[in-house]
Amino acid sequence: MISLSYFLVFAAALFCIGLYGVLARKNAIAILMGIELMLNAVVINLIAFWRFRSPEMIAGQAFGVIVFAVAAAEVAVGLALFIAIFRRRNTIAADEIDLLKW
Amino acid sequence: MEPSTLVWLLPVPPLLAFFLIILLTNRSKTLSHILGIGATSLSFIGSMVIVFLAIRSGHLGEDPFTSVLNWFPTGDTWFQIGVWVDPLTVGTLFFVAITILVIFIYSVGYQNFGQPKGDHDQPGLPPHGATIEDELGHKHRVPSIEPMYSRFFAFLSLFAFGMYVLVVSSNLLTLFVGWEIMGLCSYLLIGFWYAKPSARAAAIKAFLTTRVGDVIMLLGLAYLYTLAGSLSYDVIFSEETLHLLTSTNAPIFGVSAAVVIGLFLFFGTVGKSAQFPLHVWLPDAMEGPTPVSAMIHAATMVSAGVYLVIRVFPIISAGMHHGEPTLTMNVMAIIGAFTGLFAATIAVAQNDIKRVLAYSTISQLGYMIAAIGIGAYVAAAFHLFTHSFFKALLFLGSGSVIHGVEHGIFHTGEDIDPQDMLNLGGLRKKMPFTFWTFLIGGLALSGFPFLTAGFWSKDEILADAFAHANWPVLIVLAFAALLTAFYTMRQITLTFLGKSRTESAEHAVESKWTMTLPLVLLAVFAIVAGWPGIPGDFPLIGGFIPNFVHEFVGETLAEHPETITFNWIPLLISLAVSLGGLALGWWVYRDIPAGAPDPLEKPLGPIYKLLKNKYYFDELYDYIFVRPSYWVSRTFTYLWLDRKIIDGFLHLISRITFSLGGIFRNYIDKPIINGFGDFVGESVKWIGRSGRFIQTGLVQQYMVMALIIAFGTLFYYLFFLSQP
Repeated sequence: MISLSYFLVFAAALFCIGLYGVLARKNAIAILMGIELMLNAVVINLIAFWRFRSPEMIAGQAFGVIVFAVAAAEVAVGLALFIAIFRRRNTIAADEIDLLKW
Repeated sequence: MEPSTLVWLLPVPPLLAFFLIILLTNRSKTLSHILGIGATSLSFIGSMVIVFLAIRSGHLGEDPFTSVLNWFPTGDTWFQIGVWVDPLTVGTLFFVAITILVIFIYSVGYQNFGQPKGDHDQPGLPPHGATIEDELGHKHRVPSIEPMYSRFFAFLSLFAFGMYVLVVSSNLLTLFVGWEIMGLCSYLLIGFWYAKPSARAAAIKAFLTTRVGDVIMLLGLAYLYTLAGSLSYDVIFSEETLHLLTSTNAPIFGVSAAVVIGLFLFFGTVGKSAQFPLHVWLPDAMEGPTPVSAMIHAATMVSAGVYLVIRVFPIISAGMHHGEPTLTMNVMAIIGAFTGLFAATIAVAQNDIKRVLAYSTISQLGYMIAAIGIGAYVAAAFHLFTHSFFKALLFLGSGSVIHGVEHGIFHTGEDIDPQDMLNLGGLRKKMPFTFWTFLIGGLALSGFPFLTAGFWSKDEILADAFAHANWPVLIVLAFAALLTAFYTMRQITLTFLGKSRTESAEHAVESKWTMTLPLVLLAVFAIVAGWPGIPGDFPLIGGFIPNFVHEFVGETLAEHPETITFNWIPLLISLAVSLGGLALGWWVYRDIPAGAPDPLEKPLGPIYKLLKNKYYFDELYDYIFVRPSYWVSRTFTYLWLDRKIIDGFLHLISRITFSLGGIFRNYIDKPIINGFGDFVGESVKWIGRSGRFIQTGLVQQYMVMALIIAFGTLFYYLFFLSQP
């Protein structure tokens, strides 16, 4: 059987890929995609711990489902914001959206 | 209703009238005088009911109408106020109620009610007259209505309130309250035409002069209260209290307390009744409108002074042995007799019709004081009653004369003083009512035999002086009576008889009925008021009317004063001085042409000048009291005390405070408080400025920062905190 550490390593790798995407990409939609990867890594962590530590309780699975739902809602809001920004400024490059400063 | 309940109510209507006029009806002249006269009529009716009940009750002396209320607690007892009607009160109430009422009615005419508004009259000045045009287009000058008509009636009402309070009081404190209310009203009414500087000065003079007497009187009351523990008549005139007063030695002067209290109270009278040496205010008080002169300076207020000494006669006479007068009485006899003669001599040389009457008032009050001084209690009260009728009559008559002559002045346009008797003359035909009533009043004042009230009361004083063998008083008073008759006849002759000395007097007209009716009423009393006091053993006419005054008023005292037996000598003296004075007065002044000086001026020479200038008392007081006061107030109080000491002290304090403030500001406020505030602000600014570079607005940099912090926290947690 595949041990827990494989899952954790996989999740950490997924998290790092997502993080790299968030920090390195200019396109806001790509950043959002990176965030989704990070979130999924966390969910894999959660499910793995549940499976290996306390499989008799349903809470781990339920948590995972709720996080997916919240992530979907978050993406919907994020995309709506990007559309709004794009309509105004005709760009969604993250380094050009820098109005929120001193 | 109990009689005492009614007595409580007597002073109320005038007080109500005062407030109603002042607060509500002061714009309506008609309403104001209706209120004033209505209120005094109510009090008048009440007073007459009281007088009637009192005469019917029989033993009023032992059993006066009285009732008391607790006023304020004094330790474990109460200070009580109340009303007290004994025979003396009844007599006073009788003349007070009548004179006040007629003076109110007279004021309506005197202040020109019903006349048009003046052309340029101003409040505070006597009305100057109005111009009216008749149907033919002729312009006439007529008298104009007093601008402050309502105020006049308000003050008169307050005055009437004060007098009623004084008369019906059952104790010396409320008496003093009424006394002071009248003092205030006297000031207000003398200064009624306040835009005249002379009226202002006279008002201040009257107020300050009477104040001297009042303060000393108040001291007397305080001393009496500390000894007797009460000021109610029934307590302070009781045997025990009088005994206590005579047996206590006063801490000063080495005399008994009764003497000190008596003298102090008497000094109040000296101020109020204008006796020497505080007589100076009364003649100047003639600046007020004539009804005021009649009311205050003849009928009521100055009478109040005499009423007081008659009222406290038991204290004044306490310690009298076998008819030997006390020290207080001797002082009173001396001052009274001296004032009587002294004022009479001044009156001889005065030309102002009202001033003559003012000095004659002082002189007659001196008579009463002297009568008290020789122990003639009833005679003093009797003269008080009769005098107030005929002196009110004379004053109102003189007001009517002034009024009539002012009519003439409006007609002729002359610029003369209507009060100067040398400008008058021949008014007998022009003003018949005024003439006859004035004549009756004048004859009563000079003691015209048998008919007039003044004769009986004055004769009784002389008879008393004779019976007590008090020769100096008798001689002085007789001489004063001679002078009184002389100057009264001089006044009547100059004013009414002979020919008119000016055009204006030629055109004088009789006053309206509101003025003549009071004159007629008072003239009746000036005659009949003497009849109830005719001694029972008087030849021929004695005994027809019982000697009511003696029986009735004498009851007030615990010891009934004995009736003096009739003697021819004082009667003859009295006849001689009054008839002689009258004849002399007529003979000297019967034919004075216009512009001629007084015929006494030449033969008397410097004495005339002395009399004319009232013995230079005004000048003397000016030098002794007024100027030093001014000097002290200016040089000492103002320049030295106020400007140097007090102001200097204040300036010093302000300078110290100022420099102290500077120190605080420069060494505490600025560096410490301000510095700390500034430091906080500057630091926040510095921190913000130096930290703001991290706010790039780039979301990915924020993310990096969050990551660094998250990893930092994680490492810290893993390597430092969670070591097993």
